Amino acid sequence: MNKLAYLGLAAALAAGPVLAQDDDTQVIGVSIPAATHGWAGGLNFHAQQTVERLEETYPQLDFVLATASGPAQQVNDIEDMVATRNIDALVVLPFESEPLTGPVAAVAERGTWVTVVDRGLSQEGIEDLYVAGDNAGFGRVSGQFFAGRLPEGGKIVVLRGIPTTIDNERVENFQAAIEGTGIEIIGMEHGNWNRDDAFTVMQDFLSRHPQIDAVWASDDDMAVGVLAAIRQSGREDIGFVLGGAGMKEMVKRVADGDAMVPADVTYPPGMIATAIEMTAVGLVSDAPVSGRFTIGSVLVTPENAAQFYYPDSPF
Amino acid sequence: MSATAEGPARSAPRRKIDFHVLGPILALAALIVLGALINGNFLSYGNLSNVLSRSAFIGIIAVGMTFVITAGGLDLSVGSMAAFIAGLMILVMNAAMPATGTGLATVLIGMAAALAAGLAAGLLNGLLVTRAGIEPFIVTLGTMGVYRSLVTWMADGGTLSLDFDLRSFYGPVYYGTVAGISWPILVFAAVAVAGEIAMRRMPFGRHCAAIGASEKVARYSAVEVDRVRLATYAALGLLVGVATIMYVPRLGSASASTGLLWELEAIAAVIIGGTVLKGGSGRIWGTVVGVLILSLIGNILNLTDVVSPYLNGAIQGGIIILAVLMQRGSTARE
Repeated sequence: MNKLAYLGLAAALAAGPVLAQDDDTQVIGVSIPAATHGWAGGLNFHAQQTVERLEETYPQLDFVLATASGPAQQVNDIEDMVATRNIDALVVLPFESEPLTGPVAAVAERGTWVTVVDRGLSQEGIEDLYVAGDNAGFGRVSGQFFAGRLPEGGKIVVLRGIPTTIDNERVENFQAAIEGTGIEIIGMEHGNWNRDDAFTVMQDFLSRHPQIDAVWASDDDMAVGVLAAIRQSGREDIGFVLGGAGMKEMVKRVADGDAMVPADVTYPPGMIATAIEMTAVGLVSDAPVSGRFTIGSVLVTPENAAQFYYPDSPF
Repeated sequence: MSATAEGPARSAPRRKIDFHVLGPILALAALIVLGALINGNFLSYGNLSNVLSRSAFIGIIAVGMTFVITAGGLDLSVGSMAAFIAGLMILVMNAAMPATGTGLATVLIGMAAALAAGLAAGLLNGLLVTRAGIEPFIVTLGTMGVYRSLVTWMADGGTLSLDFDLRSFYGPVYYGTVAGISWPILVFAAVAVAGEIAMRRMPFGRHCAAIGASEKVARYSAVEVDRVRLATYAALGLLVGVATIMYVPRLGSASASTGLLWELEAIAAVIIGGTVLKGGSGRIWGTVVGVLILSLIGNILNLTDVVSPYLNGAIQGGIIILAVLMQRGSTARE
């Protein structure tokens, strides 16, 4: 398992710090959630690739990558990085905002550079660099796509993710974007970003509503379940399904011109690569990298799909 | 219904309604009436077929779980095991395809792999419980983590997908029907009938109940305790394999989130159905009713807007407790 390999790597590196680490070597700690679902799998893939590439590019940089399966473990990982590796910079994608805020603030107080990715901490001003995903934009771009595809209005159903602020932000902005367009949301349930749950919810939506014009699955994993349920029902009324995140199978379907999957909206797990790169640049050069960097959520269409297709990534 | 609960009922036959037996059925009937009132489509063929088909995975597993719990055991690993077997099955079929082609041979190889893996995983749990003498809770908590990690590792954190052509060929195993009844429902029914026979009419079922009621007494009565226990875990593993065979053709994929919390749903179904968590007595048809109650709750909640979806879990939890209260109420008053 990758995590073990990296822990092993970390242990091996930690064993010989005196030999390997002269005064010029700087250490960047990267702490991310374990690959327990598709998006996090992509996150791990991009993090590993970036670390490998940067270790070759900058011999003066060392990396410690730890993947955590829960917020408590992530706190331990970060404490270990500080205690045993004396990291110069920390790149962290917090599992949850609240429990990680204190420990990350403690790291920042030591004078360590802190880069926060995707999920913000619950207190402002702790991090030096914030590489943020654009959840509001994700909902807005999706809503605008529906408004454009259904100019006459129509009846749609919405599958939501796990009840979180991320999900709320997306749905609120989606609703704002379709306001006044005549598009009516006739059903909204949580599919928990899960294929099986989405399949079940969509089956029930199909039983309940005789006419559905389109589906906002709001996530590519959920779109897979939704598409299977529609196919099983044999219904012809559903015009299209819009997922989100940029899973390679879905991007491929967009590129191939699949009528049921006309587009996708990105929420790239590759944002971890951006964060690690910028942190590395900040350490090795004088280029200023502090501040806030938002990775926009963009619409993937058959025309630009090739740009967002990573066949090697697990996601 | 443990021996103490059954004792007085036998010595002095009661005239009043036995809520103990009828509780789950009344709860199921109430849910069906509620569903029919809420939405006209609830009783439609399509909806009922959907609900029964999707119940099949948990149902098949819950039948096996009934034996394990009756014999005083527990298996927390079944959800992870299902995910692991699904992943393994997909890998095996994708690997076999170039040699055996897109056809029956490949699917049969996949099915054999699923059954073998299920049996092996069940035997492993059973051996650790019987030979190593570790508590089933700890053994299966451990293997739960192991299988969940293994499937994550096999999928490299992403999703394992069955080859597209193979998926179309294999799809009818979930989506196909015989005389209007879908395959998962038929298999679930067959497993339930076989389970009922094994529990009621065969020595195996009585031995399970004896072990669950009192291991010592069972041992003195020349019941081969360890072998029966091992058999319950092995049978459950095999049934997880069967459930996976029905599951994989549905979406043709497996990931780290496959089968999440299936173990708790299966255990809940068993308990709602009247089997006692500490063992000693099991009721297969009760388990079937329990499974149906659980999936009908989800279905009804999806068919209505009355309750905020945030509260779905609370309503499910409430109904589970209510269903068990209905059947235990009479026992408590005795």
